[in-house]
Amino acid sequence: MSVILTTTGVTKSYRMGPNILEVLRGVDFAVEAGDFVAMVGASGSGKSTFLHILGALDNPDKGDVVFEGQNIARLGRGRLNEYRNRSVGFVFQFYHLLDELDVVENTVLPAMVTSGVLGWPARRGPARQRAIELLRRFGLGERLRHKPYQLSGGERQRVSIARALMNRPTLLLADEPTGNLDSKTGNDILNVLEGLNREGQTILLVTHDDRIARRAHRIVRLADGRMVADRMQ
Amino acid sequence: MYQWILPTRYILKRRITLLAIAAVALCVFIVVVVMTVMNGLVEEFRGKNHRFIGDCVVSTESLVGFAYADEFLAQLDRQEYIEGASPVVRGFGLMTQPGAEWNMGVEIWGLNLRRHVEATDFAQTLFYGKPNPTEAFVPSYNPSLPGCIIGIDMMPGRRHQDGTYSHPPQAPQYEMIVSGFPLTPKGGLARAGTDLVNTLHVYFSDDSHSGLVKIDGRVVYLPYATAQELFGMAGTVPRTNAVHIRFRSTVGLEEGCRQVRDLWSEFALSCKGREYANLLEEVRVQSWIENRRGAIAPMEKEQTMMIFLFLMLGVITVFIIFVVFYMIISHKSKDIGVLRCLGVSSAGVLAMVLIFASLVGIIGGGIGIAGGWAFLAKVNVIEDWLYQTRGWQVWNRSVYAIGEIPNQVHASVLAVIGISTLVACWLGALIPALQAARKQPVETLRVGML
Repeated sequence: MSVILTTTGVTKSYRMGPNILEVLRGVDFAVEAGDFVAMVGASGSGKSTFLHILGALDNPDKGDVVFEGQNIARLGRGRLNEYRNRSVGFVFQFYHLLDELDVVENTVLPAMVTSGVLGWPARRGPARQRAIELLRRFGLGERLRHKPYQLSGGERQRVSIARALMNRPTLLLADEPTGNLDSKTGNDILNVLEGLNREGQTILLVTHDDRIARRAHRIVRLADGRMVADRMQ
Repeated sequence: MYQWILPTRYILKRRITLLAIAAVALCVFIVVVVMTVMNGLVEEFRGKNHRFIGDCVVSTESLVGFAYADEFLAQLDRQEYIEGASPVVRGFGLMTQPGAEWNMGVEIWGLNLRRHVEATDFAQTLFYGKPNPTEAFVPSYNPSLPGCIIGIDMMPGRRHQDGTYSHPPQAPQYEMIVSGFPLTPKGGLARAGTDLVNTLHVYFSDDSHSGLVKIDGRVVYLPYATAQELFGMAGTVPRTNAVHIRFRSTVGLEEGCRQVRDLWSEFALSCKGREYANLLEEVRVQSWIENRRGAIAPMEKEQTMMIFLFLMLGVITVFIIFVVFYMIISHKSKDIGVLRCLGVSSAGVLAMVLIFASLVGIIGGGIGIAGGWAFLAKVNVIEDWLYQTRGWQVWNRSVYAIGEIPNQVHASVLAVIGISTLVACWLGALIPALQAARKQPVETLRVGML
């Protein structure tokens, strides 16, 4: 399998009053196409920060993040927006759906961003069709017109996954996707992610829970800002 | 497309945006109403002044007047661009009634009615003489008596609270005594050492309602020749104080005035060396706007001050928009973070907030303009109803010279207000919009990051 993303010597620190907190201390990491990687670590180990850097939501202090041959730390703003929109998909612990939009509208949002105002009329039909297909696949066929506040936590997370997949991203980044769900619902979400991975979707999942991590093919452990273990299951 | 969909939803779902819309609508409503009334007042006042004095006035400030007006009038009559020209004698005097113990200071105008009705709309200000204005100095009750026209507000009890005037069916017979101070061409009293004044007995023949308070309240009109006699302006070299001119409708004001100035310059030059030619040096040729500036300027200043005050009201609206948008942006920072995660650019966020502000401006401005328009359409009805049912008179006709509250809405005023509303909304939303655009996604979404 080909490597789609590599990081070399990624460091990140934050100033906390008079102190400097080193969150990442030189992380070297690679993801291959089709991987299902779980990144585990205790709270404060730097795993979410690392995920944000991979998704270009934050910048590393030092080090390189190379995605499909391009160092994303050196991309211009326009290319970074494009990267966030097309190359990666985000799933958040707290879903982060927009309350004013219904389920379908939340799901098609990345496609709206891609096409712009002028391009949207032409793309609207196919985009809505894909969104509805994804939502039906995740068992939300009866919830298309619902607003986020009318859904359960598990349903919201499935909408969030559908939205992340809307633009067919190469890499799906999931930050504690089951962290806000009960165990049964969390298990359903993991089943969804496993199913996607079986179809070839590359997934990087961040969790503090070893039981959840065991559902992935590969477990990477972070401790004190360093990668201390990397093993295949 | 999210730039349009999300603001539309925010307007429908967030009550606070209704507050912003209401603030804009209220502000626009007030501005539309006040600007329309104020503009109407100024325009009507300007129109009345214009109609009363004609397009152009050749005059001197000196009460002595200037000579050779007849010759100049003859030249004016030959000009293609002149519709009419009328000489006017102006002076000050006293008026009383036989046996009365009162007298009042008045301004006396001497008019050649045949010429004056061609040069101005004076005929429209008359009541009894309107059908035949050239005979307005002939008292209907006794045509052999010397007549005079007086400003309508000089007649006590004629004006009603609602701004209308009452007239007896026939002109009443009033005798008045008018006294003037005749002046020599050098400015001295013509009858120094004797009884000083010229006194005339004249009879009311008509009243004049120009709608200009200072004119209607103190001007007495006499036949031109009579006024010349009264002020010592007849004689071998007759004098006059002004010539009022009306241009043909195809001639522009500036162009017409320029031609009259040129004509006057040539005329004054040709008179050099003649007796009393020095009086011509004080003569000015002015458009009606320049001539009546003293009367119009205070009202225009008042209008400017109102515009300034409403600019301040606009600043308050900008501040309200700022506060509302600041609150919305703070409340919706998570949404902005999500959008940035999905690839929306800073410019996209900025555009979204400014579109949101535009929608608030368009909806609020639209409601305000429609409300203002509807209110103005019925403002006189409402005002009449308040007066008749409650006795409240907002628009006191005995104070204002205009009978009805001006309510003609001009598209240009609405366009200016509409554009200003949009600009105010953009200004108010600009700082929150820039703040939103600068937000980094990770700042708003950081949860359990460390």
